[in-house]
Amino acid sequence: MIEKADVVIIGGGVNGCALSYELSLRGVDVVVIERKNLTSGATGRCGAGIRQQWSTEENAILAIKSIKIFEGLEKELGDDIGLKQGGYLIAVHDEKDMKQAKKNVEMQRSLGLDVNILETDEIEEVAPILDVEGMDVIGATFCPTDGNADPFKTTYAYARAAVRNGAKLYKFTEVQDVLTKNGEVTGVKTDGGTIKTSIVVNAAGAWSKKIAEMVGIHLPNIPYKKEIMVTDRVAPIFDPMVISFKDGIYFSQQENGQILGGIPPPETVTGYDLTPTLSFLEHMSGTLTRYAPLLKHINVLRQWTGFYDVTPDALPILGEVEELKGFVQCNGFSGHGFMLSPMVTRLLAEAITGEKTSLPIDRLRLERFEKMEFEREKSVVG
Amino acid sequence: MKIICRCEDVTEEDIINAIKDGCTTLDELKHVLRLGMGPCQGRTCIPMAACILSRETGKKVSEIELQTSRPPVVPVPLGTLASGEND
Repeated sequence: MIEKADVVIIGGGVNGCALSYELSLRGVDVVVIERKNLTSGATGRCGAGIRQQWSTEENAILAIKSIKIFEGLEKELGDDIGLKQGGYLIAVHDEKDMKQAKKNVEMQRSLGLDVNILETDEIEEVAPILDVEGMDVIGATFCPTDGNADPFKTTYAYARAAVRNGAKLYKFTEVQDVLTKNGEVTGVKTDGGTIKTSIVVNAAGAWSKKIAEMVGIHLPNIPYKKEIMVTDRVAPIFDPMVISFKDGIYFSQQENGQILGGIPPPETVTGYDLTPTLSFLEHMSGTLTRYAPLLKHINVLRQWTGFYDVTPDALPILGEVEELKGFVQCNGFSGHGFMLSPMVTRLLAEAITGEKTSLPIDRLRLERFEKMEFEREKSVVG
Repeated sequence: MKIICRCEDVTEEDIINAIKDGCTTLDELKHVLRLGMGPCQGRTCIPMAACILSRETGKKVSEIELQTSRPPVVPVPLGTLASGEND
């Protein structure tokens, strides 16, 4: 193991790997330490959706810029990332929903996004498999450039490109301690050796809290257990990802024909347990076949679980913490880490190398929770 | 050409190349090649892939971690599961 680096990133998910690439582009000596295999956390378990339809301007701008990067990523990294832009269709169930939807669409359109309100008959044109009565909707919002990408392909593509640029990646290596002296980070101790560094990025997803505890920093993140399932392959039936904030369901058909989707399990569970439940499977199937009755004929192949690393405002925690120089946060993505990764990691790389960031990210620092200065993101699903 | 994963058309050569590229576990082979992601969920291919991994990396087969067993044991139609909720 190398003895020193400019930056050590803890966590080999999509954010850790994308950040290592962005830093490697800027000539930074960067190391990624991953406890198991790449994507073993949320990245390898997620619904893989990427959308720009968010209710806070912060998330919307980050997402719009991220999608732009996703669109050019295959060319930039030299590897296929499995991008499909079939759109996101977001259910609107009642007048209260519609009021929020109109507010969201107005804000998103002001940012240049191609997004529209759909009537119920238009929903059935966009995705004939859907049953608007079963969905109990009065309309929907639709953005055609939303979609999904392959989280494995994307993360590996970023990692390969970073390594080609000189980044070092240590898998199956566990961080045991973050070393500090006089209010500054000095290194990282792992079970494979100690690395001297002055910058440590905490990109450990649901375990970010535990990493922060090593240096006495409290993160308000809570791990929520989420469940998800996938079906057999079938011929292409529908293009968009379909989601509902009210029912919490999301589902889409992947490139290879499998339908992937999740819904909050009937009982909310926090903590680190990964046991899947039958009640999730029944609840998911019940809601999914209400939304699209013909899907009742398709087989479920597998269900699994993972964690959302959730913050009080469902926005990520980014940037150095005031209390400890060199300790940078890149966590708290609350269920949308994959889709924001390209732009978030670019911004963090700019911040770390002292460039002016292309978007302001000061408002996303950890300290916002002390000052209680935040507006909650409403458009979270799953 | 030896087909190891029939569901996803993964050959022995694909697996060996993935191991050369850095995969050291069955989970990584699964993520990178889709090995074991088809209808049989690895019942056919995983034992063979474990042997290939053992041969190429020198790890004992008994030391190779299998993928997590997940429900359902066999594919079940969404309609059947949905009627469970409506009971």
